[in-house]
Amino acid sequence: MRTGSLGVAQLVIARDLRLAFRKPSQLLQPLMFFMIVATLFPLTLTPEMSRLRDAAPGVLWIGALLSSLLALESLFREDAQDGTLEQFALSGQSLTWMLFAKTCTHWLLTGLPLALSTPIVAVPLGVPTEALWSVVASVALGSFALSLIGAISAGLTLGARRGGVLLSLLTLPLAVPILVFGADATHQAIIGGAIGPPLRMLGAIAVLGVTLAPLAAAAAVRIGLE
Amino acid sequence: MLNVSGLHLWRGDRHVLRGVSFTANAGQCVLLTGRNGAGKTTLLRAIAGLLDPEEGQVQWRGASARSTRDEFHSELAYLGHEPPLKGDLTGRENLRYLVGIRRTLSADEIDAALTRTGARDFADRAVRTLSAGQRRRVALAGVLLSGALLWLLDEPTTNLDADGQQLVARLIEEQLARSGIVVAAVHHTLSLGAGEVVPLELEAA
Amino acid sequence: MSWAWFHRFASPPWVYGFATRWTPWFGGAALLVMLWALYGGLILAPPDYQQKDAFRIVYIHAPSATLSMAVYATMALAAAVGLIWRMKVAHAVAAACAPIGAWFTVATLGTGMLWGKPMWGAYWVWDPRLTSELVLLFLYFGYMGLRAGIEDPQKADKASAMLAIVGVVNLPIIHYSVTWWNSLHQKPTRLLGEADMVWAMVWPLLLMFLAFFLFFAAVVLIRLRAELLRRERSASWIREVLK
Repeated sequence: MRTGSLGVAQLVIARDLRLAFRKPSQLLQPLMFFMIVATLFPLTLTPEMSRLRDAAPGVLWIGALLSSLLALESLFREDAQDGTLEQFALSGQSLTWMLFAKTCTHWLLTGLPLALSTPIVAVPLGVPTEALWSVVASVALGSFALSLIGAISAGLTLGARRGGVLLSLLTLPLAVPILVFGADATHQAIIGGAIGPPLRMLGAIAVLGVTLAPLAAAAAVRIGLE
Repeated sequence: MLNVSGLHLWRGDRHVLRGVSFTANAGQCVLLTGRNGAGKTTLLRAIAGLLDPEEGQVQWRGASARSTRDEFHSELAYLGHEPPLKGDLTGRENLRYLVGIRRTLSADEIDAALTRTGARDFADRAVRTLSAGQRRRVALAGVLLSGALLWLLDEPTTNLDADGQQLVARLIEEQLARSGIVVAAVHHTLSLGAGEVVPLELEAA
Repeated sequence: MSWAWFHRFASPPWVYGFATRWTPWFGGAALLVMLWALYGGLILAPPDYQQKDAFRIVYIHAPSATLSMAVYATMALAAAVGLIWRMKVAHAVAAACAPIGAWFTVATLGTGMLWGKPMWGAYWVWDPRLTSELVLLFLYFGYMGLRAGIEDPQKADKASAMLAIVGVVNLPIIHYSVTWWNSLHQKPTRLLGEADMVWAMVWPLLLMFLAFFLFFAAVVLIRLRAELLRRERSASWIREVLK
């Protein structure tokens, strides 16, 4: 009997989770990268807390962005190389749905831990404790949107020369809205202002991403597999 | 049931497929031969829909394979040069995911397929630790397990010993006996005891 | 609607012929209109009472900005046509557009910087339009980089087509987010081109827009011919043409 959509999603998620936990050290690398990058900012700017607090949204978000871009590498590349991604495209099931499941799993393994670890970086940057939960929420939402959009560029750059750099080059301009609203949400949280509007915009982008990006990613992957 | 007509495909400047046409019906095996670079892999990928031909049509059950893509794919099993297996998973786990997304599987079915291709003994080791021939046996079990009507096989006997090559021939025969269709790219001719063979030779550009 | 008209555009030799015939007309027209517009803008129009003669850079800056976005839209449209109707020529048009659009973007940024110095005393300000132009330049680079990074020409066409379409959908979102960001932090500044313009200043500007579009048409046709020659070099019609 043909596997239903729920079954397909369950299998895809279970597969990726199982694979990830067979190599758990890989999961830590983007996190370590984020923390190192965030540490470099004070070293290059200033140890003064008040100045750092002003720079905190930028530091947090650029660190999170760069770390997410690195993690995007692992979304499709290995599956494309060993031929399993191709088999997904040939399974007769919705590639859009499967890639959406893959992207969500990928975010669970990279974006969400990143968001949860932001307090570790935010506190030394002078972010007040009351602001921390909104920092975590905005980075979680923003990294999810970024994973969805990044899946498109990841598909397009499969098999391209210097694929990794190209992936970042393609995704960065598209990430500008996420950065703008995410950093503003963080900034508002720090100064105790209105986090609602930027957070809502971030949410709107995420919703738009959920509806459109997986379709584009499936088309991109089919092109990338040629 | 499978009808390929006037397929033209360019890869960059090279006119790889130059008007390839053939028809394959139930119980027939198309044996693709030709030198390296003649386009055997390209043809298989074009039939599977992984590549877009510039001209020509692939028809399955009388309808364009491209417009009925998902239905076509659900009746198709494609095995490329490299066995599509994750190194960190065991053979059994690989099959569970690879074929499980197509149809519901029981543990017994997976077992039966692995036994048939002689892969049961090493089915619970990480694929990373297996030899190339062992991986191919696991991959062949996947093709068998899929229950697909049309098999597209790209050099299925690669890395297999004499026993393994016999196995591939038997598997193809059994598929043909089930009214399936096989299109296989081979380097040396495969001797099939039963079933109708349609030879197709591709010339290099 | 006669589809025959449309199908002619799918034929590389026909399009090549079309491009060869029309390039001189577009080029000549562009030159004439531009001379007329520049005469009107640089000589006839009075200096702005606040910016004096510095405002005249708008005659290059504004059309460049508009063209930089119009070319991207054209590129995305051609890419979509190429992807949906599988027309090789459409992909060639998209490829021909990209460097032209990128140069228009550079011209916008460059003239923006030249204008910024007399206007605000700084070569660069992070105003929303300049910042959006900068992101647009990165989108162009991404497109050209993707094309260059993929070996197989057909795959490069399709992949960059997808990227162009995704980019065109994102452009408004990016522009909106940059405007939002700017409104958060900037004190109100005089936006470029907000000089009180009298008709004598306006008509040359309108003509310059026309001239730039004509110029784009001429240049894209030239580039398109080169693209077609390169892509079809092993086809038989090429030998006829080059005799």
